[in-house]
Amino acid sequence: MKRMLAFTAAVATAMAGQALANESVKSLTKNPNGWAIQTGDYANTRYSNLDQINRGNVGDLQVAWTFSTGVLRGHEGSPLVIGDTMFVHTPFPNIVYALDLNNNGAIKWKYEPKQDPDVIPVMCCDTVNRGLAYAEGKVFLHQADTTVVALNANTGEVVWSAVNGDPSKGETNTATVLPVKDKIIVGISGGEFGVRGHVTAYNINTGEQEWRAYSMGPDSDTLMDPEKTTHLGKPVGKDSGTATWEGDQWQIGGGTTWGWYSYDPDLDLFYYGTGNPSTWNPTQRPGDNRWSMTIFARDPDDGMAKWAYQMTPHDEWDFDGINEMILVDQEMGGAMRKLLVHFDRNGLGYTLDRESGELLVAEKYDPAVNWTTGVDMDKNSANYGRPAVVAQYSTEQNGEDVNTTGVCPAALGSKDQQPAAFSPRTGLFYVPTNHVCMDYEPFRVSYTAGQPYVGATLSMYPAPSSHGGMGNFIAWDATEGEIVWSLPEKFSVWSGALATAGDVVFYGTLEGFLKAVDARSGQELYKFKTPSGIIGNVMTYSHDGRQYVAVLSGIGGWAGIGLAAGLTNPNDGLGAVGGYAGLNNYTALGGQLTVFALPN
Amino acid sequence: MNNVTPRALGLAVFCAAAVALASPAPAQDNLTAVSEDDGKFFTADDVPTFKIEADGTVDWYTFSGFRRYHAECHVCHGPDGEGSTYAPALKKSAVDMDYYDFIDVVTNGRTKVGASQQSVMPAFGTNPNVMCYLDDIYIYLKAHGSGAIPRGRPPKKASKPETAREFENACMGN
Repeated sequence: MKRMLAFTAAVATAMAGQALANESVKSLTKNPNGWAIQTGDYANTRYSNLDQINRGNVGDLQVAWTFSTGVLRGHEGSPLVIGDTMFVHTPFPNIVYALDLNNNGAIKWKYEPKQDPDVIPVMCCDTVNRGLAYAEGKVFLHQADTTVVALNANTGEVVWSAVNGDPSKGETNTATVLPVKDKIIVGISGGEFGVRGHVTAYNINTGEQEWRAYSMGPDSDTLMDPEKTTHLGKPVGKDSGTATWEGDQWQIGGGTTWGWYSYDPDLDLFYYGTGNPSTWNPTQRPGDNRWSMTIFARDPDDGMAKWAYQMTPHDEWDFDGINEMILVDQEMGGAMRKLLVHFDRNGLGYTLDRESGELLVAEKYDPAVNWTTGVDMDKNSANYGRPAVVAQYSTEQNGEDVNTTGVCPAALGSKDQQPAAFSPRTGLFYVPTNHVCMDYEPFRVSYTAGQPYVGATLSMYPAPSSHGGMGNFIAWDATEGEIVWSLPEKFSVWSGALATAGDVVFYGTLEGFLKAVDARSGQELYKFKTPSGIIGNVMTYSHDGRQYVAVLSGIGGWAGIGLAAGLTNPNDGLGAVGGYAGLNNYTALGGQLTVFALPN
Repeated sequence: MNNVTPRALGLAVFCAAAVALASPAPAQDNLTAVSEDDGKFFTADDVPTFKIEADGTVDWYTFSGFRRYHAECHVCHGPDGEGSTYAPALKKSAVDMDYYDFIDVVTNGRTKVGASQQSVMPAFGTNPNVMCYLDDIYIYLKAHGSGAIPRGRPPKKASKPETAREFENACMGN
C-alpha cells in the first residue's frame, strides 16, 4: 500500500506542474523504467534507454512470467507500465486489467465494458484494439463501439465516457488515443463501410468534444484554411476537401484515421495519416479524392491543419496512408532537419520536413514495389509530389471488371499498421514489412449505410521471384532512402518493433517467435516461441532494477484472414518454396502476455 | 431492399421447370446439375448449383460468385471460403447446409456469443452487393467446397447470360 501511495503522489506532482504538451505524458515517457504510451514516446520512436539487456547478453533471455488475457482473437498493441502497475488490454470485448508488478502480476482491478456484439461484424478485419493511453492518473480506452472511456488508474472506475461514432453506420474503432495538453485525440475506422473519416478531440477532464476535423468535405469540416494550410508549400485553396470529388461522393469518402498519432511539443503539431477512399473501385469515384491517403499536421488546440501531403492521389489499390509518423532530428545535406519519417502502405518510405511539410525523400523500402516508377521530386513540375503510376498495374486504367495481376505490394501494403522503431544510436529505422503481391479486380457496388462498401476482389501471394516468404524485417536509412539490411521472414512481420540502448532490436513473428537481433548487423541473437502468433508490439520496462521485455501473443487481425488459410499462388513454379503454407500449421488462437528477463 | 430475397428465390422457383439435361446424374445429391436455364444450373431439387466443363470452364454464376465472395465475405471468412482465425470455412457450409438455411443466415445474420466465442454474422438483407448475388456466392462456394474447382480465380468462364444481366440491372437498380 505504501508503494501505491508513492505512485499516486508522483502523479499528483506531475499534474501540479501541468503546462504545455501533456506534462504527465512527457515526464513519464522520459522515464525509461516505464512504458507510458503505446508508441514509446510522443515522437513514435519505440526506443528505450534501458540497456541492462544488450546484444552481449540477450541470448540468455528467459521467460520471467506470463498472463492469459482470457480472449482469443487478434491481440495488437502492447501493455503500458506506469510505476508499479501494468495495464493490459484485450481485443473485443476490450477488457482492461491493472496488474500489480509488486505482487507477481496479481490483478488489482479489471474493467470490462458492455458492448453490443453487433459491432463485431462491422469491424473490417478482426476485433483488434491497439491499446490504452495514460495521462494524469487516468487510463484511456477507445472501445470497438467507439465509446471513449477515461478510467481512474487506481480503481478502474469510469471517470467519463464519450461516444465518437455510430457502429450501425459501420463506424468502429481499433486505435489507441493520443493525450495532448488538455485533450484526448481519437480517430475512427470504417473505410470499407463508406465512413467519412475524422479526427476528434475530447477534453481530458470532462470528455466533452472540443473539435472534429473530417478528412474530406468543405473547409468548415476539414478545418483547413484555404490560404494558410499548405500542400507541398502551396495554399490548398477553397474547399479542397470537396473539389477533387464528383458530386456528393465525399460524404461517403473514407479516409478513416485508425493509425498511430505522434506529437511535436516544440512545434505544437500532431501528425497522422488518413486511409483509403471508399470504394475500392476507383472508376466509381473520379478525381484525386482529397484528403484521403494524406499525411496531416494539425494544431491540437483547434484542430486546424498546418500542412497536408497526399501520397497516393486517387487510390487504386487500397494503400491506406495511416501508418505511423516517426519524428526524428537528423542531419541532411549538412544541416540538422526536423524530420517526419513514414513507411506507407504504398511501399514508399517518405521523409518530410515536419515543420513545413516539404517532401525530402520518397523511395521504395521493398524492391518488389512495382505500381510506381517513383515520385516526381521536381518542385517546378506540375506533377510535383505525385507518384508516376505504371499503366500495367493501374486498376483504374485497366478498368472495371478487369483483373489487374501482379501488383506489388498487395493491399496489405509493404507495411501495415505494425509500427517501426528508431534508434538514435544507429540512426536507423527498424521496419516490419510485408512481401506480398496481388491481383485486383474492381467492379461496381452500391452503398448501403452500415454495410460493406468494397467493390473489388483480390488475391494475394508472396512476392514472385524472391525468397518465397511473405515478409522482411529491414533496417532503413531515412536520409538516404536506402535499405541497410533485410532479414527474410516466412510470413509478414505483423508485430511492432522495439529498439533499445542495449543495441538490440526486438520483433515478433506470425508463427509466434519473439526475436532479438543486433541493431547494427541484423544478426539474430535470440528467439523464443510464444503460445500464439504475434501481431502485438514489443515493449520494455524496468522494475526493482531488472529490465523486462514483454509482448502480447494472439494471432488474428488482417494477417489472420489471409494467412490463416494460406495465400493462393497463381505461379505454379514457385509452389515448391513453401513460404505460403498455411499459418494454421504453425499456430492457433490464444491471447497471452509473455514477459522476458535475464536470469537473476 | 428486403424484397431482394423473394426476388432471388422467385428466380430459383421459376427455373424449377427449366430444361432437363441429357444425362441426369443420380438425384438426391446437392451438387449435380440436372437442369439448366440460360447458363444457370440446378440440382434435381431445383437448388442452384455449378457446372464445370471438361476443359475447366466454369459457369458464369460460379465465376460471379468468386468475385462477389471476395469483395463481401472474405474479410471474415478468408480467401476461397477457407475460413479465418475468427470465422468458419464457408466452403464446407455451402455443401452441408440446406440452400434455404444458407439464404436465411446471410439475409438475417446469426450470433454466437459466449465465454469462448464471439462470433457474429451480420444481416446482409439490405445489402444489394450481397443479396443480388446470393445464388452466385452459394454456387461458387459449393463448387469450391465440393472440390470441383481449386482455390483461386477460375481461369476460364462461360460468358455472362442475358438473364444474369437483366436480373443484375433490376436488382442493383442500374
